[in-house]
Amino acid sequence: MAVFDLLLCALILLVAVAAIVGKGLFRAVVFFVIYGVLLSLAWVRLDAPDVALAEVAIGAGLTGVLLLGAVGRLARSDADEPAEPIDWPVAVAASVVAALLVGAAIKITPGTGLEPEVRAVLTRTGVENPVTAILMNLRAWDTLLESMVLITAVIGLWPLAQGGDWMEPAGPAHHAQPGGVLSGFGRLLPPVALLVGVYLLWAGASQPGGAFQGGTVLAAAGVLCVMAGVVRAPGMAAPAWRLALVAGPAVFAAFGVAGLAWGGFLTFPEAWAKGAILTIEMALTLSIAVVLALLVLGPPQAGEAR
Amino acid sequence: MIALATLLILPIFGALAVVAVPGQAARVAAAVAVLSGGALAVLIMAVAKGGSVQILPGGWGAPLGIALEADGLAVAFMAMTVAVTAAAIALAARTPAIGTPFWALVMLTWSALNVIYVSRDLFNMYVGLELLTLAAVALVATGGTSALAPALRYLFFALTGSLLYLAGVALIYAAHGVLDMAHLAEAPLQATDGVALALMTAGLLVKTAVFPFHAWLPPAHAAAPPPASALLSALVPKASFVILMRLWFDAVPDAATRSLLLTLAILGALAVAHGGVLALRQDRLKQIVAYSTVAQIGYLMLVFPLAGGGGAAQPWAAGAWSGAIFHALAHGLAKAAMFLCAGIWIMAAGSDRLDDLRGLARALPMTAMAFGVAAVTLMGLPPSGGFTAKYLMMTSAFASGQVVLAIVLLAGGLLAAGYLYRPMEALFARVVPDHRPVSRLLQAVPLLLALLAFAMGLFSDAVYAFLQTGRPGAAEGGL
Amino acid sequence: MTPFAVTGALLVALGLYGLIAGRALLRRIIAFNVMGSGVFLMLGALGWHEGRADPVPQALIITGIVVALSGSALAVGLVVALARATGRQHLRDDVG
Repeated sequence: MAVFDLLLCALILLVAVAAIVGKGLFRAVVFFVIYGVLLSLAWVRLDAPDVALAEVAIGAGLTGVLLLGAVGRLARSDADEPAEPIDWPVAVAASVVAALLVGAAIKITPGTGLEPEVRAVLTRTGVENPVTAILMNLRAWDTLLESMVLITAVIGLWPLAQGGDWMEPAGPAHHAQPGGVLSGFGRLLPPVALLVGVYLLWAGASQPGGAFQGGTVLAAAGVLCVMAGVVRAPGMAAPAWRLALVAGPAVFAAFGVAGLAWGGFLTFPEAWAKGAILTIEMALTLSIAVVLALLVLGPPQAGEAR
Repeated sequence: MIALATLLILPIFGALAVVAVPGQAARVAAAVAVLSGGALAVLIMAVAKGGSVQILPGGWGAPLGIALEADGLAVAFMAMTVAVTAAAIALAARTPAIGTPFWALVMLTWSALNVIYVSRDLFNMYVGLELLTLAAVALVATGGTSALAPALRYLFFALTGSLLYLAGVALIYAAHGVLDMAHLAEAPLQATDGVALALMTAGLLVKTAVFPFHAWLPPAHAAAPPPASALLSALVPKASFVILMRLWFDAVPDAATRSLLLTLAILGALAVAHGGVLALRQDRLKQIVAYSTVAQIGYLMLVFPLAGGGGAAQPWAAGAWSGAIFHALAHGLAKAAMFLCAGIWIMAAGSDRLDDLRGLARALPMTAMAFGVAAVTLMGLPPSGGFTAKYLMMTSAFASGQVVLAIVLLAGGLLAAGYLYRPMEALFARVVPDHRPVSRLLQAVPLLLALLAFAMGLFSDAVYAFLQTGRPGAAEGGL
Repeated sequence: MTPFAVTGALLVALGLYGLIAGRALLRRIIAFNVMGSGVFLMLGALGWHEGRADPVPQALIITGIVVALSGSALAVGLVVALARATGRQHLRDDVG
């Protein structure tokens, strides 16, 4: 296996170099997506299936779609621009950082970290998957803030919509050929994706998965349906979409405040922890799905209908 | 504890409410400001009476959970944030072309600031920093098409800074197995901590816009709408500064080396000089005030050499530590007052070019007075809060035998007098300005902020005593 | 595991280079993601100990991945808006 690991590492580095200094923006994005897939293999090798799922779905998948969409919207001439000349002063500085970091990475002997402590309290957290336990209970404050970071990105895109106010459906207008592959796929996919998304959310309590991975699958299906022209993209004009956007963090924060009555901020009593976490995760999954779909589609671009 | 939880959660609910009900955005913001003011008053009394207030979300406690602690420093910064944000909200409510996103982003910026002030967990601070970065960059982008390039440059600098910081945090966790500062302070230093701390410090310097990582700040702060600029200049760089202070004074008080202190002293001094000289050469008020921020941030870096210097007991370190916090607070209030003045003058005169501001003091005397009082604080003249800050830092510079740093402080004051003289000269020019009227109530908003900065000097004893609540040991023993 | 930790370290430096030296804005966004995932790989690999993975870094990394996507999305939005408004896809030309 050591040979496989070394080969994987070498491949990851090669693909990363191609993505950063290679020729052409479109190719760079393609290399970046390959990079994400390879990286998720590395996470499997490091016994971190939750991270592998998140990396392949969010790191490679959604970020890839986001970047590909951007390449499409930018001028065509830039997509095959020549490789950039090497900036030597920056290269030297980066090499120093590389030497320091590699030195540190070799010097550190991996310890157990907080793994024994997490294991010791796991039964009191309400979930069996330690990663979900950390995300939804031990470090729930981080996760609540993280869901706010996602919303911030959507609000940040809001003034970038044409006319400065986001009231149209998100993204460029899409018209798939009726009866074409994409349109048929777009009709078939939603029920399947809904199933997978809900499964991931449910499984997260004891197995790899959770609100973020589940939400990503739903978002991906939603984006595909919009691109296939099966459904209209969400917009800020509809109160329902705005409520879906804030439902997750709002429910999360409300539980946080309710905790004050039960003994502390963001505290879930042991007997209720499982129910509380599942409720929060369901609301979060919904919000994450809407947020991610809006982020990937981007603000409305009226002049860009294809 | 409930007061602290309220302060943390209110702006979060505020942001969500603005998105859910965009039509009521200004009202939601006002409600959050009023309620936060109340919670803040309760918290100030609790901390003054009973010492630092702690929250352990989930009840787990460090190192497994995240520890939040409101000490004198955190509460003082939260108070400055309430004052500045409330004032910015008041101005924004009267500024045309302020849309829904602005209100949500102000709430999000505010949440992130409070998160960072009270956090004691290195990774939680990272999440707070990213929330702050995205909200702040998006606030710049509300400035319209001309703000896009400054916003992007800001974003790239800030993202680089965050990742450098996070790389350091990763090494700290790998070497120590903890993210909590109190646990870190008790752990023996590891061989890799030098690299980790260097990365974290570099990242935080980028985020604080310390010379030579300041290039993003003036264009971004000048391009944003004035109420946003007030938040961006007065508050946002202070958050990463607070982390920097907590890192070196609380988490690793024994790790500071001579070369680190010297580097920060040099960068601070260069920032004071560079920011001051460039501020002298601007023709737009917002640019002058933004470059002034670059210079004023330079002073903040001097706390590290001033609190250092070798030897066991360093009685001057407490003065340097308190002086830097005084400076951060007084600068925040005064700088916000200046940007709000600029906003009002843009409403009245249609531009912030010095030529267009000529004679405005006659038409809008309260704003001119606000600007004058804020300028006194920035120059460090008595009896303002800026003076107390300078006095404390000067005293420790002489006590520790670092006369060069005293000269930097003096020179910075002279430069400030120079670059603030030009707008004052324009304001008080003997011409009758052509302007639109502005309500007196609105004019009073920046004046209140400037007077607060001034009052910090008048009541410096009380403020000083409050800041000492939960002061780290290293603020006494030196770095 | 050391090879992955070293790979992570190299990715951080590589991403840092692209983030600072890159011209095309989209490429700098890619570099930001490479640098971020390098940090995550270091964190995760250094938390792997004899077949047992510390769950804390894994949770932090998942949070980090989501935060990175948020940053990328805002950056892409700004880049596209800038290109539409001015036709520019670089930042180098104006004051630096």
